[in-house]
Amino acid sequence: MQRDPNYPTICKIEKVIDETPSVRTLIFSDDVLPNVLPGQFAMVWIPGVNELPMSVMISHEQGKAAFTIRKLGEASTGLYNVAVGKYIGIRGPYGNSFDIKEGKLLLVGGGTGLVPLLRLLTFVKPSDDVTVLIGAKTKAEVFFEDMANDILEKNPHRVLVVTEDGSYGEKGLVTDLVEKIITETKFEAVYTCGPELMMYKTVQLSHEKGIFVQASLERMMKCGIGICGSCCIGEDLVCRDGTIFDGDHLLANKEFGHTFRTKAGILDKF
Amino acid sequence: MAINLSTKIGPLSLERPTILASGILGISLDVFNRIYKAGAGAVVTKSLSKEPWEGYANPTIFSVKGGGWINAVGLSNPGAANFASMIQPNKEVPIIVSLVGSVEDDFDFMIKQFENCKVVAFELNLSCPHVAKVGLEVGDDLDLVNKIIKTVKNATAVPVFAKVGLGSTDYIETVSTAVDAGIDGITAINTMRAMAIDIETQRPILSNKIGGLSGTPIKPIAVRCVYEISSKFEIPILGSGGISTWEDAVEFFLAGASAIQIGSAVGDNWIKIFDEINNGISQYMEKKRYSKIAEMVGLAKGS
Repeated sequence: MQRDPNYPTICKIEKVIDETPSVRTLIFSDDVLPNVLPGQFAMVWIPGVNELPMSVMISHEQGKAAFTIRKLGEASTGLYNVAVGKYIGIRGPYGNSFDIKEGKLLLVGGGTGLVPLLRLLTFVKPSDDVTVLIGAKTKAEVFFEDMANDILEKNPHRVLVVTEDGSYGEKGLVTDLVEKIITETKFEAVYTCGPELMMYKTVQLSHEKGIFVQASLERMMKCGIGICGSCCIGEDLVCRDGTIFDGDHLLANKEFGHTFRTKAGILDKF
Repeated sequence: MAINLSTKIGPLSLERPTILASGILGISLDVFNRIYKAGAGAVVTKSLSKEPWEGYANPTIFSVKGGGWINAVGLSNPGAANFASMIQPNKEVPIIVSLVGSVEDDFDFMIKQFENCKVVAFELNLSCPHVAKVGLEVGDDLDLVNKIIKTVKNATAVPVFAKVGLGSTDYIETVSTAVDAGIDGITAINTMRAMAIDIETQRPILSNKIGGLSGTPIKPIAVRCVYEISSKFEIPILGSGGISTWEDAVEFFLAGASAIQIGSAVGDNWIKIFDEINNGISQYMEKKRYSKIAEMVGLAKGS
């Protein structure tokens, strides 16, 4: 029978890589997920635990896909703890993808927000001049710096790290560096994924300079397909209309950068 | 010539007969506005309870291979008071507020929260199949159905509908009780108790194990229920259950529904579904030379 994207396809975890003390990448074989567009996500079922939306991580092997997860709540910790040989269920892929421009590109990622950005890097043209900014609290939480450099090996590029405590790279917030860099260099496009306040500032700064900017949003998700309404932000459904939105569209949305909905659907402040 | 798609469900008049069903997308006024602009004649909110509910853990929804969906979202909602303040700015959208509760006082409390909101009707959810002590368990308790409807009718002048489903009491008894208690219309039907088990991990997929089946698999059952209700009672009906095309909508009108609700098909076809179904109904009415929906409501009963 043909695969139904809305019914869980069961995959066995084949390999687990520890990225930091709280972040892991789980690798598995699949026919569909290795080839998704940058920004697309899957709903990932951890049998007996929960199900959560995950941006699909690249793998370096044909026919294999991955998820990179930080343990935080019940669902994410459940996924983090899935061992080699155990099963997960995947629905999807869902959502839209980044509009990939050419020329000087700036990518701004925080934490596991780097996942869709790394996939985006695999789509850039060899002539594109790519800057990747990675924000983290401290040195131990920096990951994917080497992978970004490897993917961009043949491109003019730079990968810069900013830590809040200054233990690695520049000290401060990644958005301080965004402000400095977009003043120095005229970028064709800015792409961001990570904590919403980081994205909000990045979108604001880029928009002020008239640069095309897109952000990948995260909201409480249950169905992933535009039925339950949990992930609404203004009139948009993150699962169905996003997760990628243009900066000007986001700045016109009074919820972006300010509020999110709880599991019960109550608006709460960031 | 533009076809007039307006319809009357007892005391409630709508410009179009296609309504967003409860539980679908219904937690923000901005989204309601969007769905109304997309062609819906009205929107039904998620079922609201007295207190906020988080609902069940995921997985809460997945599809049935071959068509349809199984869900156990668990009636997650922000609570009647929070919700009322959220829709308070509404001016334009015909909003039908869905309510769940286990005793009549819950409903009385909730109705009062909406006193200053533009609400065109209330829909009492007497048939959610996957949450204990509310929904179907209430619909199965005829004495409680009677008390709740009398309380609600006493508390508001806005039309009140009751949404029924297939529980352990014959749903016709529930409808009969609701009609006797003064209900203004019946929504039929809700989802039906169902489950699916993954054979690799050998577990039920839903975190709640059992959920409600919706979509195309339940459509023939819903048509049968609408037909039976309209044959036995003089009560306006809102048809619901697996409607995904204009042909389905017309089938429900012919069975006796004055309006139809669309839920699962939003997941399959997104919100353009309202426009598509409205257009199809218009063309059918043109072909059959009907000037209003009411002309075809219940026609199948005469044959």
